Amino acid sequence: MGEKLLMKGNEVIAEAALRAGCRCYFGYPITPQTEIAHYLAKKMPQVGGTFIQAESEIAAINMVYGAAGAGARVMTSSSSPGISLKQEGISYISGAELPAVIVNIVRCGPGLGGILPAQCDYFQAVKGGGHGDYKMVVLAPSSVQELYELTVEAFNIADRYRILTMIMGDGILGQMMETVEFRDEEEIIKVDKDWATTGTEMKRDHNTITSIYINPEVLEKHNQKLQAKYRKIEENEVRVETFNCDGADIIVAAYGTVARIIKNVIKMAEKEGIKVGLIRPITLWPFPVAAFEKYSEVPKAFLSVELNAGQMVEDVRLAVNGKRPVYFHGRMGGMLPTQKEILDKIKEIVKGD
Amino acid sequence: MAVVFKRPHALRDVPMHYCPGCTHGIIHRLIAEVLDELDIEGKTIGVSPVGCTYNNYEYFNCDMQQAAHGRAPAVATGIKRVHPDKVVFTYQGDGDLAAIGTAEIVHAATRGEKITTIFVNNAIYGMTSGQMAPTTLINQVTTTTPYGRKPELHGYPIRVCELLSTLDGAVFVERVSMHDIKNIMNAKKAIKKAFQVQIAGKGFSIVEVLSTCPTNWGKSPDEALKWLKDNMIPMYPLGNFKGKDLEV
Amino acid sequence: MAQQEIIISGFGGQGILSAGRLLAYAGMLEGKNVSWLPSYGPEMRGGTANCHVIISDDPIGSPILNSATTLMVMNGPSLDKFENIVESGGIIISDSSLVTRSPKRTDVKVYEIPATQMASDMGNLTYANIILLGKFLEVTGIISKEAFEQALRKVLPEKYHYMIPDEMKALEAGMKY
Ligand SMILES: Cc1ncc(C[n+]2csc(CCOP(=O)(O)OP(=O)(O)O)c2C)c(N)n1
Ligand code: SF4
Ligand SMILES: [Mg+2]
Repeated sequence: MGEKLLMKGNEVIAEAALRAGCRCYFGYPITPQTEIAHYLAKKMPQVGGTFIQAESEIAAINMVYGAAGAGARVMTSSSSPGISLKQEGISYISGAELPAVIVNIVRCGPGLGGILPAQCDYFQAVKGGGHGDYKMVVLAPSSVQELYELTVEAFNIADRYRILTMIMGDGILGQMMETVEFRDEEEIIKVDKDWATTGTEMKRDHNTITSIYINPEVLEKHNQKLQAKYRKIEENEVRVETFNCDGADIIVAAYGTVARIIKNVIKMAEKEGIKVGLIRPITLWPFPVAAFEKYSEVPKAFLSVELNAGQMVEDVRLAVNGKRPVYFHGRMGGMLPTQKEILDKIKEIVKGD
Repeated sequence: MAVVFKRPHALRDVPMHYCPGCTHGIIHRLIAEVLDELDIEGKTIGVSPVGCTYNNYEYFNCDMQQAAHGRAPAVATGIKRVHPDKVVFTYQGDGDLAAIGTAEIVHAATRGEKITTIFVNNAIYGMTSGQMAPTTLINQVTTTTPYGRKPELHGYPIRVCELLSTLDGAVFVERVSMHDIKNIMNAKKAIKKAFQVQIAGKGFSIVEVLSTCPTNWGKSPDEALKWLKDNMIPMYPLGNFKGKDLEV
Repeated sequence: MAQQEIIISGFGGQGILSAGRLLAYAGMLEGKNVSWLPSYGPEMRGGTANCHVIISDDPIGSPILNSATTLMVMNGPSLDKFENIVESGGIIISDSSLVTRSPKRTDVKVYEIPATQMASDMGNLTYANIILLGKFLEVTGIISKEAFEQALRKVLPEKYHYMIPDEMKALEAGMKY
C-alpha cells in the first residue's frame, strides 16, 4: 500500500479507472459527478489516453459501445437524468455483450428533480432501465476507499464476463473527502478479446459486434446464453458486508451512504439495549440473497432503509421469503434520515409486537 | 413626470439568482419588454431550458414550461401545434441548444416551426461550473479543456446562426451582443422582430445573443464584457443572416 | 476526545471549504480517521457554504453530522442555523467581525475572535479562516502546529506555498487570541 491521501470520491473513481488501465473516457457534464470528467480531462492527455466531452449522454454511451467493441477498457459516468438517456446504449451494449464501466452518482428525481443524494435509481439499475432481458453488475460502494477498490474491480468483472458493470453512488460519496490508500500495482485480469473489431489484417475471419438477431431461434439461443452468464455471475460475484448480525434482535438492510448512517445507529441502539445488525449489499445485482436467508430467523424483523420510496425492500422481501416481517423506512428529495429517526423506527418495530 | 425605468409587466417581481455581472438578466428584461410592447404576454408560452436559466419560468409572467436538457424546441413544437394562435418561445444556452439539443433545434428550424428561439451563447457551461461548450473558443481554458480548447482534440466552435441559415424553414436569423448599451438596444430590436416574424406566421426565428459568464470565465463583470467584445465577436460576427427585410 | 465533529459555515468565498479540508488533512497526518463533506447544490452560487469534518480515532460511520462538538461560524445566518446542534460541553468559535450577536448557549465554550479584522490588519482577508482554526487547534489540542503546516503544503497549490509562513503567523495569532 502506498501513501495515505485525502481525496474526493469522484476523483478517486477517476484515478481508479486510470490505475485499472482505462484509457478511454466519454462523458457529458452533470452535477454531482462532474469532478470525474475534470480529473480525467487533466490526466488522460498525460497518459496518452482519450478524453471526450461528448455532445450528449446518448453520444457518450455509444462512444463507449464503439470503444468497447474495439477492445478498449472504457468508462463513462453521469448522474440520474443522464443515465436515463444512456438506457438505449446500455441495452445495446448488453445485447452485444461488451465489457464497460458506467458510473451513476445518483441524484433525486423524477425529472430534473434535484442534485442532492438519493437512491431512487435502484430499480432502473437492477431491474433494467433499458429494454430487453439484460442485467448489469451493480456495485454500491460506501466509502472512498471502496470507491477505489470497486472501480478497479468493476473493470475486471466487465472483462471477465463481457458485461456492463455499474458503480452506483450518490452525491455524498462523490463529493466527500476521505482517506484513500492506493495499491502500488493493480491486479488487472488479462483476457484475450479475440472477438473485438481490431481489423482482420487479412489473418482471420471478420469479427462483428451486434445486438440484432432477426431469426427467433437464434435470438432465443442468444438470450439463453446471456441468462446462463447471469446465473454464473450470481454464483460467483455476490459481495456483501454483514455487520453485528449474529444475535441481533433486528437486521437493517442498507447500502452506500445509508449503511454508514446505520453503523452510527447501531452504536446508539446498543446503549438502549437493542442489538441491531446490518446487511449491506455491495453488489445490488447480483443481490446477496444468501446473506438474508442465513439470518432469516432473526427474532424480530428486517428493516430496509433507503433514500427512496421503497425499492431494494422488494428484493429484501423476496430474499426473506415471508419468514419475518420486512419493514421500510425511506426519505426522498435529497433529505437524509437522521440517526434518531431510524432508531425511533427500530424501537417502534422491536417494541411493537 | 414619465417613469423612465420601470419593470416590464411580463417580468415578475422576484429577485433573479444570477451571478453579479451576468448578462442573462438583461436578456430576460429585453424579452419581457418586447412581450409588453407587442402586448402578447397573455398569449405567450415560453419554454425554459436546463442551464443557469433552468428556473426562468419563475421570472416571466406569461405561461411557461420547463423542458429536459436540449429538448426545448421539441417541447415548443408540441405547444405550438396545440395552440397555433399563441406565441411560443424557447430560451436556451449553448450547451442546451448546440450540444445535447442539436437535433431538436435543427429539426424545429427545418420544419419551419413558428416559434422563436432566444439562444444565449456564453461560450461555456455556466450551470455545471465551467465546462467546454460547443461554442467555446479555440485555446479557451475550461474545466474540461484544462490545457485550452485544441481543434485536433476538441474540434472547432459551432456558429449556430450560420448553420441554421442554410435551412429553408428558418426565416429570421440574427446574432446580437450584450457588451454595451448600443448593442443591447440592437438586441432588443432583433428580439422584437423575431417575435413579429412568428406572429406573421412566416416560420422559425432565432436570435443568438452573445452573453457573459464572469463566474466561470474567472473575470470581473467589466473584464467579461471586454473579453466578449475582443474575443467572441471575431469568432461570432454580429448581424442579420436572414429575414432582415421580411414584411411583418 | 475520541471523535471531533466539526461544522464550519459561512458565505461562499470565505474559505469555508478549504478550512475544513485543512483540518481533515492535518487530522489524517496525525494518524486519525477523517472525513470532509461539503455542502453542494444551487445554494452555493453566491450563497452560504458549509462543511462537515470528522476527526476520529475509530473508523468513521456517517460523514453527515446531526450534531457537532465544534461549530466554527463566519456569518450571522450560520450561527442562527447551527447554534443549537452543538453538543453540550462543545465549542463555538465565531468570527466576531462578521457575526454581530453572541451565541445564546451557556452550556458550551464560546470563543469570539475578530478574525476578519485581524486578517485585514495582517493585510490579507483570506487568513481569517486560519485565525479561527488556530483557536480550534489551541482549545482541542488534537492537531499539532507541525501537522497543520504540513497540511498547508499538501492542500495549497505549489504557487501559493510562499504564503505559508504568513498563514502560520495567522494560525498563531488565533491560538494566542
Ligand atoms: C440529461 C442531462 N445532462 C446533463 C445535465 C447537466 N446540465 C445542467 S445545465 C448543463 C449545461 C448548461 O450549459 P448552457 O446550456 O450553456 O447554459 P448556461 O448555464 O451556460 O446558461 C448541463 C450539462 C442535465 N441537467 N441533464
Ligand atoms: S454561472 Fe455564468 S451564466 Fe450562470 S449565472 Fe453565473 S455568470 Fe451567469
Ligand atoms: Mg452556456
